[in-house]
Amino acid sequence: MRLSDEERSMLAGEMGAARRQALQHQMRVGDFFGAEDLVPVTQAHVMADSESLGEAGIAWLEQLARLPIDDRTVRIPTITDPRGIDFSQAATLRQAAWMLNLEQRLADAFRELGVMLTDTCINYQTVQPATRGEHVAFGDTGVVIYSNSVCGARSNFEGGPSAIAAGLTGRTPRYGFHLDAARGANVHVRVDWTPATLDEWGALGAVIGRLAGNYWAVPVIEGIECAPGSDALKHFGAAMASFGSIALFHIVGLTPEAPKLADVLAAGAREVAVGRRDVEALRASYRVDDRVDVVVFSGPQLSLLELRALAGLCDGRRFVVPLLAVTSPQVKPDADRMGFTRRIEEAGGTVLSGMCFYQSHAREIAEANGWKRLATNSAKMVNILGGYGYLPMLASMEACVDAACSGYLK
Amino acid sequence: MMTEEFSATHAMGEQVEGVALVASDGFSARYDLDRIRGVFSRPQHKLAGQSYVDRILVLDTAKGGVASAWMLHEMKSRGVVPLALVFNSVNPIIAQGAAFGDLTMLAGFERDITVALRTGDRLRLLPGQRLLRRVLVASTTG
Repeated sequence: MRLSDEERSMLAGEMGAARRQALQHQMRVGDFFGAEDLVPVTQAHVMADSESLGEAGIAWLEQLARLPIDDRTVRIPTITDPRGIDFSQAATLRQAAWMLNLEQRLADAFRELGVMLTDTCINYQTVQPATRGEHVAFGDTGVVIYSNSVCGARSNFEGGPSAIAAGLTGRTPRYGFHLDAARGANVHVRVDWTPATLDEWGALGAVIGRLAGNYWAVPVIEGIECAPGSDALKHFGAAMASFGSIALFHIVGLTPEAPKLADVLAAGAREVAVGRRDVEALRASYRVDDRVDVVVFSGPQLSLLELRALAGLCDGRRFVVPLLAVTSPQVKPDADRMGFTRRIEEAGGTVLSGMCFYQSHAREIAEANGWKRLATNSAKMVNILGGYGYLPMLASMEACVDAACSGYLK
Repeated sequence: MMTEEFSATHAMGEQVEGVALVASDGFSARYDLDRIRGVFSRPQHKLAGQSYVDRILVLDTAKGGVASAWMLHEMKSRGVVPLALVFNSVNPIIAQGAAFGDLTMLAGFERDITVALRTGDRLRLLPGQRLLRRVLVASTTG
């Protein structure tokens, strides 16, 4: 890889051990993908929940945090993805003391590095969206696909160690979606139906993600007959990234790089057709039971508008199974102030902040609470939670709230 | 049978030799694995219930979320980790995870590597030469 004078200085250790280690890591990854150089980035977003890091990852982070302050402090705004614990609700979820201990050590180490603990996977709704052409190093796959596709920014999936490296060096290897060559559409998706609800948007994203199939596939979607809102595109992108590892999509006439199909369609693009039947088949494949042990709205965290909608569905209801709604620390105070939290809690629900359900030691809390059959309106969640021993089922927000009241998903 | 070789377009890590565990399916440490027991746990996965520990995992592509970048490192710290990873195609996360976890990985072959190889094959991975060598074919009688 071609290095600038400053990068050579980092590699030589002249800017401290942390930056040297970070640049070495970036060069290994860059060499693997044939990157010619590094590109400066303006923001980094770090996925780092204590379950993923475990003792080994946290010890690694603590070793960085013990370095001199000039060596260890990030050089660009570096923020965090949701983590594993909302300390105020840990008892509600029956999270164990060892989980809280890991999470506290993790947060302490991040503060020593100068990382801002935003704890959100919807930073494009709540902190600061990246802009068209802005090179960033973002973590959560839902954040990356939204930023690339809806905002027109440029990021690869950056795992936690790589996002921390980007925070320390202020750059990332220039490969993949930082390059024009990777952003053309190689899968042409024609849809004959436009989703109406968030779970339908997620399911459509899931179907397209499965069909597209890998990180280097870029779908362009034709046939969407409305301007979906940010929450719809959030669920659409998050599910596509989850089911297909997709990092960029275009929607003709909607997303910034695709005013017209010809603007993005690459020669030889694969043609696929997707309709409502495909979405219904996906949803049906997860309907294995009609009873529900827990209802969860999470993954991605809920926006203020989603919490408003949920609060409206909770008025006058009484839940017989737990209902959990997860949002960001930026949204939660507004939800409190506007009474949404109170209305959800009066029905028996719980509003959690700064965490994500599937990053919260999901297997252990399932065992502790006797949860197996889980209803959600998040297609991303149903894809993930099977591996944690759940039977996840996908339904609309309305059907999920009804299930919380009756214990049955209709 | 003669030793067979497969060239990879992407490679990292040290030379290793071991037994293959093969499936035409994806890979995500968070979505697919019970990392405590060291087995594939997502019921829909083609390797569901099988142990991946000390095997050379041969799969189609890396899927899903960014957690694998941390999780490979965590799995290695406990010794509940594949010996190496081989994919038809990879996403950045798995490459970042292999780099951080110091695992050997090859990716990008002219043939579908999940069809060319079989579970039980003995493989030698030579990242410096971007080569995968099959040194022993699995018995058809199992």
